[in-house]
Amino acid sequence: MSRPADAARAALRNPWLPEDPDVDVNDDGRPVHLRARYAAYVALGGFVGTGIREAMSLWFPTPADRVNWTILAINVSGAFLLGALVQLLAGRGPDHGRRRTVRLLLGTGVLGGFTTYSTFADGAAQLIRDSEPGMAVGYCGLTLGVGLLASFAGITAAQRVHR
Amino acid sequence: MSVGTYLLLCVGGGVGAVLRFVVDGLIKARVRTHIPVGTILVNLTGCLALGVLAGLAQRGALGSDALAVLGTGVLGGYTTFSTASFETARLLQDGRRGPALWSGLGTLLGGVALASLGLWLGLR
Repeated sequence: MSRPADAARAALRNPWLPEDPDVDVNDDGRPVHLRARYAAYVALGGFVGTGIREAMSLWFPTPADRVNWTILAINVSGAFLLGALVQLLAGRGPDHGRRRTVRLLLGTGVLGGFTTYSTFADGAAQLIRDSEPGMAVGYCGLTLGVGLLASFAGITAAQRVHR
Repeated sequence: MSVGTYLLLCVGGGVGAVLRFVVDGLIKARVRTHIPVGTILVNLTGCLALGVLAGLAQRGALGSDALAVLGTGVLGGYTTFSTASFETARLLQDGRRGPALWSGLGTLLGGVALASLGLWLGLR
């Protein structure tokens, strides 16, 4: 299918979600990512999200030479929640005011800090070093595949709410 | 883990999240492409850095508290899986298979390769 048709389809499905929400220039002419108030929301959210991730890792510890199921569960559930959150906000209107605050605090901050790519990739690299390539491939495939399914599920669930 | 270390780790997560927010925004404002280069670059650099820290910790050059605060906290908050997965899903929904492949498989293979390289560097 041609790109303009795809873009039109995407716009119809989701009229309020800009392609690059963070590049929007604000009322005072400064981009969102350079405004102290927005950075503060992201910092607070990141503090909370990281705290929940570490608490879960402490409650459900995983041996270093095994698949880290805790991080997998964190990443998959975070992917679902972010899909649902962004789609819910997009269904309610443009990315301004309170909706932008919620997106930065809960999405970029809490869920961004809750989920992690580095701990996941490092875990896979450690499995390869420990001569467990099968486990590494399984860990990577499960994370990517189930994560994507969770993102789709979150987006779809939020779309149902608005129907 | 002491309460103090845990709180420092959380603060590290806040710092990392802001770093991600700013780096991603700066890149997005400069690069016009459907490939989510901001998130990809944030995640790849974070994977390399955590590999180095984990390698250093394994050979005793970095304490466990420092690894927790810098690795689990700062780099855990800096990198993100939820946004990477969400962006890949949206690209697939829009029929953009090339950018989706870079975002999904590119980040995965690049991230694991860079984490391995970092581990090797840190252990030297």
